Amino acid sequence: MNRATPTAFDVAVLGGGVMGCTTALFLARAGMRVAVIERDALCRGASGVNAGTLTLHMTRAALVPYAIRAWDMWMNTDAWLGHGVLATAAPGLSLAFTEHEKTLLKQRAAARCKYGARIDLLDRDAALAVEPGLNPVVLQAAYCATDGFASAYLTGRAYHAALRDAGVHVFEQTPATRIDRVAGMYRVSGPDDAIRIDATRLVMAGGVWLEPLLAMLDINIPVKTLVNQLIVTERMPPVMRSVLSIANGLLSMKQFANGSVLIGGGWQGIGDRVRGGVETVPDNLIGNLRLAQHVIPALAKARVARIWLGLESETADAMPMIGALPGLPDAWVIGCVHSGYTSGPYMGKLLAQAMLGEEPELPLFDPARLVVPVEALAQPHREKTE
Amino acid sequence: MPDFDVLVLGGGPAGVNAALAASAAGLKVALFDENTAAGGQVYRAPVGAVAPLTAHQQAEQPGDTLRRELAQSAVITYFNHVVWAVTAEYRVDAAGPAGPMHCNGRALIVATGTTERIVPFDGWTTPGVIGLAAATILLKSQGILPGRSTLVAGCGPLLAAVAAKTIEGGGKVEAIADMAGLGDWGRTLPAMVSRPDLMREGFHWWHEISRAGAPILSRHTIVKVEQAHDGLRATLAPCDAAGRPVSGKRRSVVADCIAVGHGLTPSTEITRLLRAEHRYSRQAGGWIAAADQDGRTSRPRLYVAGDGAGIAGAAAASHHGTLAGLACAIDLGATDVDQLRSHVPAARQAHAKAARFGRSMAQLMALRPGHIDSIGPQTIVCRCEDVTRAEIDAACDAGARDVNQLKAWTRCGMGPCQGRTCGDVAAELLAARAHGGSRERTGCFSARTPLRPMAVEALTGDFSYDDIPILKAAPL
Repeated sequence: MNRATPTAFDVAVLGGGVMGCTTALFLARAGMRVAVIERDALCRGASGVNAGTLTLHMTRAALVPYAIRAWDMWMNTDAWLGHGVLATAAPGLSLAFTEHEKTLLKQRAAARCKYGARIDLLDRDAALAVEPGLNPVVLQAAYCATDGFASAYLTGRAYHAALRDAGVHVFEQTPATRIDRVAGMYRVSGPDDAIRIDATRLVMAGGVWLEPLLAMLDINIPVKTLVNQLIVTERMPPVMRSVLSIANGLLSMKQFANGSVLIGGGWQGIGDRVRGGVETVPDNLIGNLRLAQHVIPALAKARVARIWLGLESETADAMPMIGALPGLPDAWVIGCVHSGYTSGPYMGKLLAQAMLGEEPELPLFDPARLVVPVEALAQPHREKTE
Repeated sequence: MPDFDVLVLGGGPAGVNAALAASAAGLKVALFDENTAAGGQVYRAPVGAVAPLTAHQQAEQPGDTLRRELAQSAVITYFNHVVWAVTAEYRVDAAGPAGPMHCNGRALIVATGTTERIVPFDGWTTPGVIGLAAATILLKSQGILPGRSTLVAGCGPLLAAVAAKTIEGGGKVEAIADMAGLGDWGRTLPAMVSRPDLMREGFHWWHEISRAGAPILSRHTIVKVEQAHDGLRATLAPCDAAGRPVSGKRRSVVADCIAVGHGLTPSTEITRLLRAEHRYSRQAGGWIAAADQDGRTSRPRLYVAGDGAGIAGAAAASHHGTLAGLACAIDLGATDVDQLRSHVPAARQAHAKAARFGRSMAQLMALRPGHIDSIGPQTIVCRCEDVTRAEIDAACDAGARDVNQLKAWTRCGMGPCQGRTCGDVAAELLAARAHGGSRERTGCFSARTPLRPMAVEALTGDFSYDDIPILKAAPL
């Protein structure tokens, strides 16, 4: 393709993560000419480096109905994506080791059940029957059958193939630096006019980069960047068969079919959206590993192979923004979904429904509530990590 | 308050000399190495009471001098310590015999040497096939012959070193298959004559080899290894200057060890982790940190020294270490900076002279494009995860363009070696197929902590649940 030639699309999707790609996929299948414009490679940000947990235990209560439907999509990728990410169903246990955590567990399970999750509280012996590798000092566990995991690193490969099959034009290594209104279309330009893409509709799906992307449209929505540490071990004999977390959500852990164990839980590293994940914080790694070893004592003998950082986006109220952007025709946003990998594909499907003029199966999340005056955005502390 | 002025990572000739120079300038220096003693790979100390295989080592060897000077200095040493994390503030975390530890330095000197490259061929993962560098560990450190009979194959000066030491130790060398031709060696002569001492050592090796009657196959490469009832059967083929096997007589050699190596790549995990600028140099062995001639990188108070900064050999590494130690002392404002500066020109001159020889040797070990191209589709490239060349090519054809994308799509480089074994070859394959050979556009595996695989218990130490700092709960 001649890089300098303007090309007209029905939709330009800015950001090639799970949400942008799924939106693109469903729009293309509905007959639209779609371009996905991605600064790196598809699903190399949060969508490709997250822990792959497909769980309700970590999902915000109000998002449970979405996560349940997304869980079904992940478990049945053949039906809509055509390429798998090794999604595997496994029981999910959220654990309590103290009286305080028991209280937390009960509260959190109840809140999620209110939104349709089926979560049962198990006593120690019942929890050990589900997961014999657990530390026997566990007091209680919340059990959910709708749980499991995927190998997130395969996400890019799966969507690459799916988008190609659907005829979506994918522009990788292509940052968008400017958006103009030209003759009733959105014109997306890259640095040095490396690309110039005209499209009738615009979808902003840039994860932690949504704040600067939306600013190109003069829409000011602060997006906080969380820098999550993830730890994977070498392959080892089976030490767990469920997806494990603790009551306050600061641990997520599962063992893949190949024997490697992935440990996460949102312990923070150092980084930001300009520099990416910069470095791991040894004390946080040690804390995360101690928690993991406390839950499954056999992990003491595991060998850590690799630690990395993933950037997670969060709005001011920690709820998603998915819907039409205020004051602009045919411009949409999708992102900042808590436990976004779990719910991502369903969110993309919902946005595609709305853009196609259908009534979305579940309500969207109006971004207008998050818009702030320009001055509020200029505050330097907005992106500080914890 | 930092614990030390300078932390030196790596106890080979570069690291030790850097530590000595910085310490002599009055700085408080700590040196880390995962081995039991200083010396690095090149001057590896015998382990414990191991008797040397060869008797002629009466005089003090360079490694002994290095270890003696270090012992007499004020440098605090942490041997048997595996460094697993380095932060932007130069906090170094290590696991040692007494458990996890960490300390802080104002500056960091990285002298981590190299990793041996083996370009895959059919059967290269068969037990009994080992690296040339691995063979030297057995010979120098353990006092063990790599095999009763050994085939030595690959390229570079290690061929002669391994073969000669094997023969001196009483082993049999079935053959030496050298990818270089006599002309390649001839081109190193001008550099060699500048180092008569090393040339003498080289001639001594070749003398040992020819006296033992070991056949030397010039311009030959190993294309296959199979298990045979009497050992490993290797197939050798003639090759061209680009390392590509060509038509001609195949030879079969049976040995119980095959020591093979195709050069060295600088170990740059730490400088990449710290995001210093890097550049690709085929001559220097691969990706190296961009640095001035004294080892100053693009990052303040971060220095590189020795072969890890670009392959130039052990003699050059010693001088490069001195230069980095001096540079560090000057930059940190040691007491007598003017006097330190006066030492720099002589050290630079000595380094340049030694590096000339070392770089001519490095040329013999540079990656050959035709060699990579000869890897068969079903040959395993990533031995940790059993990823074949065909799988790498398929990922490339499906759209993978960056080597980290390739890693995600195939698991190439995700195993226990952390990509050290396959990284250079996988990137070269992808570069050739997707980017017209440009390694810059193909990129390099992201550096990650832990710098070596670490047992969980080595990091967690003793703890109780109450000690774990639990942050505020995630939003509900």
